[in-house]
Amino acid sequence: MKYSVFSLLKNSLSGHKNWTPAWRSPEPKKEYDIIIVGGGGHGLATAYYLAKEHGLKNIAVLEKNYIGSGNVGRNTTIIRSNYMLLGNNPFYELSMKLWEGLEQDFNFNAMVSQRGVLNLCHTDAQRDAFARRGNAMRIDGVDAELLDREAVREMYPFFDYENARFPIKGGLLQRRGGTVRHDAVAWGYARGADLRGVDILQGCELTDIQTENGKVIGVQTSRGEIKCKKLALCAAGHSSEVASMAGLKLPIESHVLQAFVSEGLKPYIDGVVTFGAGHFYVSQSDKGGLVFGGDIDGYNSYAQRGNLPMVEHVIEAGVAMIPSLARVRALRSWGGVMDMSMDGSPIIDKTSVHGLYLNAGWCYGGFKATPASGWCYAHLIAKDEPHKVATAFRLDRFRRGYMLDEKGQGATPNLH
Amino acid sequence: MLIPCPHCGTRPAEEFTFLGDANVQRPTSLEDPNWNSYVYERDNPRGKIDEFAYHSGGCRAWLVVSRDTKTHEVFGAVIAKNFKRKQKS
Repeated sequence: MKYSVFSLLKNSLSGHKNWTPAWRSPEPKKEYDIIIVGGGGHGLATAYYLAKEHGLKNIAVLEKNYIGSGNVGRNTTIIRSNYMLLGNNPFYELSMKLWEGLEQDFNFNAMVSQRGVLNLCHTDAQRDAFARRGNAMRIDGVDAELLDREAVREMYPFFDYENARFPIKGGLLQRRGGTVRHDAVAWGYARGADLRGVDILQGCELTDIQTENGKVIGVQTSRGEIKCKKLALCAAGHSSEVASMAGLKLPIESHVLQAFVSEGLKPYIDGVVTFGAGHFYVSQSDKGGLVFGGDIDGYNSYAQRGNLPMVEHVIEAGVAMIPSLARVRALRSWGGVMDMSMDGSPIIDKTSVHGLYLNAGWCYGGFKATPASGWCYAHLIAKDEPHKVATAFRLDRFRRGYMLDEKGQGATPNLH
Repeated sequence: MLIPCPHCGTRPAEEFTFLGDANVQRPTSLEDPNWNSYVYERDNPRGKIDEFAYHSGGCRAWLVVSRDTKTHEVFGAVIAKNFKRKQKS
């Protein structure tokens, strides 16, 4: 069923009793041409674009839990394309362009809201770095505006501009950045893929990868054995585990990142704002809750929950930026498992096993990349060559010395 | 998480800085083909891990803490120089 104002009217007249499920729950077939491991945003987007853009059939997505149970339902919903390096920014700008047309494309309301992403700067050196990054963005055709302190004050008069240690000196604004309803992204892609014949197998966990003469021939799952010609890993924080089933060792550590929602408030913060003197980012959801987060906890974890020291740290940074936050009560916090790569950039590549593809290493910036990740991964799987904006995301770039190190910090798994 | 520091006793996790897997083996010669693996690749276990932890808010010793990455349960900690790496299988 196509969703439209007419379908809404028709169903409201019948008391909303005749809506059908947005996707099927099929039994696994014996064999698929392509199996995607991981029914998160990236995996579902990959399935959707494989079916829609490349016209491929006979695809399955394996999800060990239910659609939206992983990081796609556990993030702070921010989208932006304010990167600096040539290997990164054209990719994220493709993602932004896909976000801009996404709801019409997959006929689902994902509440894409381009409310602006503002990065605050607090020193002259930081402002110079922002000017450089803004210029790099504009060379790549991305919008960027360097704001002075008064322009920031006009947007957000209640920030702490006179902080003795970290006064706000201005900011870098990307007006096309913003937020998206994260669950709806998973649901929209799942529905769009399902409509085009993709089997979404929920409650189906990968337990082993079968290879023969260095080639993938199938998988073992909690719902039985399934044969396949191509196997596409897309398992975010569990990438190391699934890759090890094929004997691969990845340049990735899994860490926990926490995020928080406050009680519902009246309209307070229009856009997305990031603190430049600490690690803190905040926006306000359409329900009124402030959605905010900070840095990873800093130790390897698969627990989907963090510890209290980082809660305190994040809220300290928030209150340093916005003193009135001190009176807001936090409602919920949660943790997600992040696939932290060694240079802070992702991997979309073939592997040494024939027919095995890898999409991983998104650190804690994977949500904004969802459409382009799916787009480029689908291109790689269908054509066996990387998409032109994803040529830098190679698995062997560490060995070759071509790291995509946006922060210039070297090999540590705590970048993003 | 509470870490049993051999010098300081049981201390909260925020006093420590973690540096990941302690079982990575640094190659001894420049020609060794395992440098890439040593610098970048990790087992990244879901379960028990031995990890380097620096007691920056305490005795400032490097420790190796044994911990479960699924549950955050801490099994123990030793001074890093006394830690025996797992032999490569």
